[in-house]
This record gives sequence, C-alpha cells and structure tokens, in this order.
Amino acid sequence: MSALAHGRRSFARRVLGAESPVWRLDGVLVVAVLALSVIGTLLVWSSTRTWAPGSTGLLKKHLLNESIGLVLCAVVASVDHRAVRAYAPVLFLLSLIGLGLVLSPLGATINGSHSWILLGGGFAVQPSEFAKVGLLLITAMLLAQPAEGRDRPRPLDIALALLAAALTLVLVMLQPDLGTALVLAAITASALVISGVRKRLIALLVLVGAAGVFSVFYFQMLEDYQVARFTAFVDPNVDPRGVGYNSTQSLIAIGSGQLFGKGLLGGGQTTGRFVPEQHTDFIFTVAGEEFGFLGSVTVVLLLGVVLLRGLKIARQCEDRFGTLVAGTVVCWFAFQTFVNVGMTIGIMPITGLPLPFVSYGGTATFANLTAVGMLLSIRSRQRPYA
Amino acid sequence: MSRMRTRLVVIQVLVVCLLAALAVRLWQVQVVRGPELVHRATETRTRTVIVPAVRGQILDASGRPLVRNKTSLVVSVDRTGLVGMRDGGMKVLTKLSEVLSRPVAELRRRITPCGPGVSKPCWTGSPYQPVPLDEKVDTREALQILERQEEFPGVTAEIHAVREYPGGRAGAQMLGYLSPVTEAELEKRVGLKAAFSGVDLAGRDGLEYIYDEDLRGKAGLRRVQVDRMGKALGVEKQVEPVSGHHLVTSIDARIQAVTEKALQDAMKAAPGADGGAAVVLDPKTGRVLALSSAPGYDPAVWAGGISANMYKHLLSEKSGKPLVSRAINGQFAPGSTFKVSSVASMLRAGYPLNGKYSCPGSVTVGGRAFNNFRGIPLGTLSLHLALVKSCDTIFYRAAYEQYLRDGGRTPRKTVKEVFANTARGFGFGAPTGIDLPGESAGRIPDRRWKKEMWALTSATNCKRAQTGYPEVKDGARAAFLKRLAHENCSEGFVLRPGDSANFSIGQGDVLVTPLQLARAYAALVSDGKVRSPRIGWALVRPDGKVVKTIPVPVVGKLPVTEKERLYIKNALSQVASDGTAAGAFAGFPMDKVRIGGKTGTAEVWGKKDTSWFASFAPTQNPRFVVVAMVSQGGMGSQTAAPAVRQIYEGIFGIKRPAALPGGKPVSRLPKFAPDGTVIRQ
Repeated sequence: MSALAHGRRSFARRVLGAESPVWRLDGVLVVAVLALSVIGTLLVWSSTRTWAPGSTGLLKKHLLNESIGLVLCAVVASVDHRAVRAYAPVLFLLSLIGLGLVLSPLGATINGSHSWILLGGGFAVQPSEFAKVGLLLITAMLLAQPAEGRDRPRPLDIALALLAAALTLVLVMLQPDLGTALVLAAITASALVISGVRKRLIALLVLVGAAGVFSVFYFQMLEDYQVARFTAFVDPNVDPRGVGYNSTQSLIAIGSGQLFGKGLLGGGQTTGRFVPEQHTDFIFTVAGEEFGFLGSVTVVLLLGVVLLRGLKIARQCEDRFGTLVAGTVVCWFAFQTFVNVGMTIGIMPITGLPLPFVSYGGTATFANLTAVGMLLSIRSRQRPYA
Repeated sequence: MSRMRTRLVVIQVLVVCLLAALAVRLWQVQVVRGPELVHRATETRTRTVIVPAVRGQILDASGRPLVRNKTSLVVSVDRTGLVGMRDGGMKVLTKLSEVLSRPVAELRRRITPCGPGVSKPCWTGSPYQPVPLDEKVDTREALQILERQEEFPGVTAEIHAVREYPGGRAGAQMLGYLSPVTEAELEKRVGLKAAFSGVDLAGRDGLEYIYDEDLRGKAGLRRVQVDRMGKALGVEKQVEPVSGHHLVTSIDARIQAVTEKALQDAMKAAPGADGGAAVVLDPKTGRVLALSSAPGYDPAVWAGGISANMYKHLLSEKSGKPLVSRAINGQFAPGSTFKVSSVASMLRAGYPLNGKYSCPGSVTVGGRAFNNFRGIPLGTLSLHLALVKSCDTIFYRAAYEQYLRDGGRTPRKTVKEVFANTARGFGFGAPTGIDLPGESAGRIPDRRWKKEMWALTSATNCKRAQTGYPEVKDGARAAFLKRLAHENCSEGFVLRPGDSANFSIGQGDVLVTPLQLARAYAALVSDGKVRSPRIGWALVRPDGKVVKTIPVPVVGKLPVTEKERLYIKNALSQVASDGTAAGAFAGFPMDKVRIGGKTGTAEVWGKKDTSWFASFAPTQNPRFVVVAMVSQGGMGSQTAAPAVRQIYEGIFGIKRPAALPGGKPVSRLPKFAPDGTVIRQ
C-alpha cells in the first residue's frame, strides 16, 4: 500500500474496500467501548438530571463529548501507529506546554483542583489527561528502540524515559493532582516492565518508588485532605460525616443496589445526591445502586474485555512500539479502573480518578477514546493471519 | 519480542486477578451486605415524621367537653441534628431565641434530656425526636422560621393539638394531665415503638392516665425522602393516624362547677382550712357526678411543658399540694359520719335494733372517762335518735363490751372484731377501685394492724423512750412525746380499750377517704350493694359509635339486713331537719327536697377538727350522695354541711337556676353526630 496507490483511489473505496483497515478493526473491543459509553451516558443522565427540575443535566454535553471522542478515536484508528511514533516528541512537548499553561494565569480551579484551562462557553480542557497520552507515546517511542542485538531498551533511552516522566510528574504535582500523577507513574512503570528492562532495574524502581512514598509521608508533602482520605480508607468510621463521608455514602449507595439494582433513575441515594461527584469520580456508585450487582459486574466485565482485547492486540503486534503502546494503554486503563472502582467499594483509598469511558468529563473521554483509537490502529495493521 | 510477550502475560494475569478482586468485593458489598446497606440507605435517605393521632376528648354526661383539644402552632427542633453541629446548635438557638423572645439558656435547657442533675424543664422524651420548644407561637413567628429554613436547620413549626380545659380548675386532679412519653414507658408499650415521637404524650394522672390507651389513638407516620441537604423530595410512605376514643364520663359539668364553688367558699369561710374535698355520687348507679379537691390548680400549666418553678410550686407545702386529690388520697378520721358503720356493728354484735340505750354524758372505758360532745347527757335513746343526736357514749360502751368479749388486752385465739370487720363491710380500709390512679386505702385499726405498726415503729419508739425529744423546744410537749414513745415501745402492739372506744365514733387511728365515705353512704341509701365507683361511662369513637360502656362493678354487700338498712337511712333522713345539721340547713325547703345525712367532727391532734358532712337526697329514692370534707375546717355542721347545702341548692335550683332541671342525673349517653359532634337534646 504505497502513498501513490492511496491517492488514486476514492475515499469511499479506501475506507470500505476489501483490504481496508476498517474490516480489520477489533469488533469486540469496539462493541465493549461503545457499550461502556452508552452505560456511562445513561449514568451521567441519571446522576445529573436532579440538578434542576425537568432538566437533562449534563446529558447533552456528555453526548457532545462522546461524539468528539469517537471522531478522535476514528481518526487515530485510521492513522498508522508507526506514523504516530514520529509525532510522539511533538505530542509530548505539546502536552508539557498544556501542563505549563495550567500553572500560568490561564489555569483555572474546578472542584478544588487546579487542572483546567477555560475555553469559554462553558467548556474547559484538562491538559493532564492529554499528558497521559503524551507521556505514554514518548515513553513507548524511547523504549521501543532496542539495544544492539538485544531485546532490551538502551540505558540512555531508559534514562530519557524516566526524565520525561519526571518532567510531567513535577508539572502535574504542582497543580497538584495526585490521582493523575499516580496514573503517570503507572504508565511509565508499566512501559518499563513491558519493554523488557532487567528485573534488577524493576526492583530498583520499586525501591525508589517505596522510598518516594515514604518521604512524601515523612516530609508531609501531602495536603491535609490527602492524608485524611488515606486515614479514612484505613478506617472509614473515623469521621463518617467528614472525610469518611464519601467512602461511607459510596458503599451505602452501591450496597443498597443489591443483586438487581433499583432500576435506571430509581436510585434513591443517587436522586438524593448523597455521594459527592457521583457523575464523575463516583459514577460507579450510580451503576451499583441502579443496576445492582449484575449491572456493576457487567461494567467491570466490559472493562475487562477492553483490557484483555488490548493485551491481545499488544501480544499480536509485531513491532516493539505497537506492543509497548498497546500494553501500556492497557495498564493505564487497568490502573484507573481498579483504583476508581476500588475506592467506591472501600478497597482503595479515595483518589480523584475518573472511570474510563463511563465518567463524565470531556478531556478524559477524548484521551481514553484516543487511546482506544491507537489500539484499533495497531490491531488493524497487523497481518490478517497473526 | 518474546520477553515483552512474557511480561504481557504476567500483566494479563495481574489484570485478571484485580478484576476478579473487584467482582468478589462487589458480591460482598451488594449481595452479602446488601440488606444491611439497604437499611442504612433508607436511614440516610428518609426522615420519618410521626403524625400524632388526635387524642380523644373527655366529656361530661351530656357531652360537654371537660378536656378538649385546640390546635396551636408548635415550634420543635431536631435535637440530634442540633447537637451534631459544630457549635452544638448555639447559633440556631440564638436565632430562635430572638424570634421566640425567650432566653437562649431556657431553650438550651428544654432540649437537654432529663437525667441525674438535670431537672425540669428538661426533655423527657426520646433524644431522637423533635423537642417542642414553644407551643404558643403565633403565625408571624412560625412564618419567620418556615420561610428561612436554611437559617433554622432542623427547626419546624407545625400545627399540634394541645389540651384545653373549658372548666378551668374544675376537677383538675381527676382529669389529670399529659407529658411527653419517656423512653422507658415506650419500651413497655406494645407495638408503639414506631409511633414514638416528641409530640407523643402520655397521660400522667387522673383519667388521662387510666384511659390513656383508649384516648391516645394510633399515631400515623410519614416517611419523607430527603436529599443530602435535608430538602424533602417526596413522601415515600404514609400511614394515617387513628384518632383516639372520646371518654364520656358520668361527671356533670354543671354539678362539678357548683361543687368546686361550694368547696372553695367553705375553705374561705373556715379560717385555717388547709384542704378539702367534695364527692357527688349517683347512689343508684355508683357513678361519680362530681369530684373535687381543694386547693386546686389550673391544668393549663401542663400544656407546652411546665416550668421548673411552677412544678416545684405545685409540689410544695406552701401551695397546699394541689396535685393531690384529697377526694381519693385525703385520709382523715371520719368522726361521727362513721357511726352508720358502728350502728351496723352493734346490730351484728347482737344489740337489738329497736332497743333503748342510755346515753350518759360520760362512760368509763379501760379506767378512763370518755365523754359525749361537751359532756352533755342525752337520756335514753333509740339507735335512730343516737344517730340523729350523735350520741357517743352508746357506741363507746358497745365497742368496749365487744373489745372485752374478744379478750381485751389479752385477746383470745380467734377474735371477732365486729366493729372492724363491719367497717370493712362498708368498704373502709381498702381502695374503692375507682378509675383513678394512686387511690389511698384508708385504715381500719384492728389488732393485726396494731401489731404490724408496732413491728415497724418499735425500734424508733424504744430509742425515743430512752433519749426523749431534746430537739423539741416546748418542754411539756417533749415530755408528752417521750411518754408516748415509751408507751408505744412497751405495749404498742396491744389494742387498748381506748382504741376500741375511739374507733366506734370514727376517731383515733381510723382513716377514710371522702370517696370511701361517699360510696358507703351510697350503698346505705340505695340497695345495700357496695360498688366500685366509676367516672368513665363510655368510650366513643370519633364518629360517634359507642365502643364500650364502662360498667360499675358491685364489689360487696353491706353487712346489714334490708330492714336495718332502711332503719339507718331513715334515721339519717332526720339529721338535716332535726339533728346536728339542722342549723346548717335552716331555711332549706325540705318540703321540696328532703336531705338526709350525718355530720362528722374529727379531732386531729395538734390541729383543728376535720369537718365532715355525708349526705343524700332526696331521702325518698335518693339520686345524689354528697360528701364534703374540709381539713382543719372545724365542726361538721359549721363548714362541711353548709358546703353540701350549697351543692344541693345548685343541683336542685334553690335560690338559683338549677344545674339539673328535673333533679336527676343524666341517665342516657349523649348522642353523637357522624362528624363526632354531640347532638344537643
């Protein structure tokens, strides 16, 4: 498929022709992501319609976000991921600039976190979400260049990858946004692990990470509310009306859904808005209450399908860059899924992370669907027999 | 590439494990703990508001309200919510004190649960229920609170029913009062736990207490769904309250009013009088027509929570303890009114009904002289005249003879104790069983009582016999007390001859309540049956259907034959016209209504006499028994008899409009319209 051949054929034939990548899209992945998006849309409607009587809440805005996200996904899926590799440094630099802008007077604070740039007209972007994609790409690009005759990345590339991660982390922590910082750390760490670095190095990184966590606590670098959240995680009964409120209410909402749930829009806890941030970080509580165990497990299973399909794509990809990108995307989603769902059911501390594909939030939706687009792109360029 | 694939497999295993962990935990939270969390969700999502049932009214025999409800705007606060605030609700209370113009300290006090060291006006109800802070709020104040709910979180203004007493102080002790139900009481009630609320009141005394369950009704419940901010979103569940039954009593509000007034006038007329009671019974049915006790009080003080000072005042000696109903709790020596029992005792002991008995000025009993009133000899008398003239010595002698027959100071193995046992047959010495709480039993001092009393008091008496009474200033009195203690210590268990003589004329240790005396007279002048008097007549549903008619149980029979009963009744019929009460009834139109009765003047050591008059009218087929008692009121003919006269004048309309035209108690229950109002006939 040369560039010349492309030029000669019509767009329609290119998209729908027998050899078009469209037919090599991962149907299961697409269905799972679409299903999650539909569920997310319903939950956003259910949880925000009570903001004003007779309103549909954030439904329309969410649908707009989803549409933009799906277009982005389609665009990225149609681009050869190897071409993306070339643009990785540019994308990374752009994401750093975005993070820098947040810290400049252009940045805005929404819901207590200084992570936004207002665009006017009620729209705002969260550059830290794009930074996840940017860091992921640059790390994959660096670690995909193997050492001579070896199956491991070169030490210089590892160092550069760590440097890129450190740069991004510092900018994100200046906001501060602990949740995103943890995701970024997870992205870098998983990319390193997948790229095949020595186990010694992995062990060293784990040690450094542990030391980092320790010093963060020891030198009291965390905000009071973050320490409080952790305390509340260890024992939610410490202050059920204060820091323990979120986790207690979230557990009550999910548990009260029981096996079959109270039905869409039927959740009393959701209607009464007892769980704060129930359309974003705590959207899973709405699923738990209104769809019950069967529904919430379905959400988890759909996310699992996305993750396992992603891993399959990673395994079947023949180039290191594609494998790294796909594997790291999976790890990013897995981390965010586990931490998000885990915090709503009391097995993880509360951290401000959205649930992929389900939570309300424009930039996060764009970033997630872009990442799905990359997975699809990687898959569609594999050999049919692979 | 193979190393990367291996690592991807490791990651896959990890991902699967984490997802499995989530699923397991979800099962645990939603299915295993589901029911528990559903309960907690309901708790956080809803507020249960108790809708109090309308308490039944207490009506008189014609359906006039004695106690009714009026609606009033009540401001209550959610105590738990208030205390949970950062400043303990101080800000809200301060604002509230401005609106209600009451001191903050008082409001704080009222929401504090009662307990050791916390006295009224504290909160006696459940700590989880709204506490009514002000029951006399006007609409403007209520609106100030309701329109600015955000400034008054947990404060509500609602319409509640508050008890109202159209008769004012009349029969206050008999009607009783309400106060918030306590948690302990609630535990005892069956099936009411859900219905416990701050506005749930319990009858505390009188009819309100006895018929509490019937009057109370069943509280309703409204479960309101609220959001996180406490804003109501809608009603989830509603159970309508069931109104309580009305209690129709046999009390006649008009007679009750006349009785109250007569008693008050008698108290005023007798300097030094410290209490009184008047009972009006229908002897034919045994139902109570009026029951009053002085001093009285206005039961309206209970509405909206009584103040600490008022409560203390009502319990104090200074106020004369107006909460105590002297009609059922006042225990006094009955004096000569008791002689009806003594005549019966003589008959039971074998003295002939138509015999002639000499009534000297004085007889010697156990070596001591016992005198007639003022020592005047009355010659030879029939038992009839002995009652009319109130001779004492005939009864002294008879009682002493019976005492000796039982063995005197060294009693036989089986003693007959005719006088004591006959008195019991008249219903003395035991509660009448009236439908009021806490009735006193009175006292019949027989040999057994003496022993029991001695067992209880000998230790103190014997000690006092040694040490004397150094704390008593008056030397003569101290000496007397020491002698008394010595006597009581050494032979307090022995019924002495003097005791038997005193007993026969209702003096000494014998004590009766005005109600006991009234029902004994009622039995005597009607059919000889001793009844347990009833105030409650019927329980009527708010829609007018009679749920239950309350019967008047017959609990005994007078120990006299029909002939003897009529003989005694006949004698009593002459007292008001020719006997000891003739003065008090001078000018009373006996040709219209003939009054029968007996005066009583009981000596109380160290105090003025207790004034008694026990009466009935008309003497032919009596429909009223009226007993009046004034403690420290002097002679029976001086204070109690005029009060009784005043009551009869009121009932029969002499010198004033008649309270009971026709002169008979209401014999049929009032009729109710379907809307619960009384149909006037």
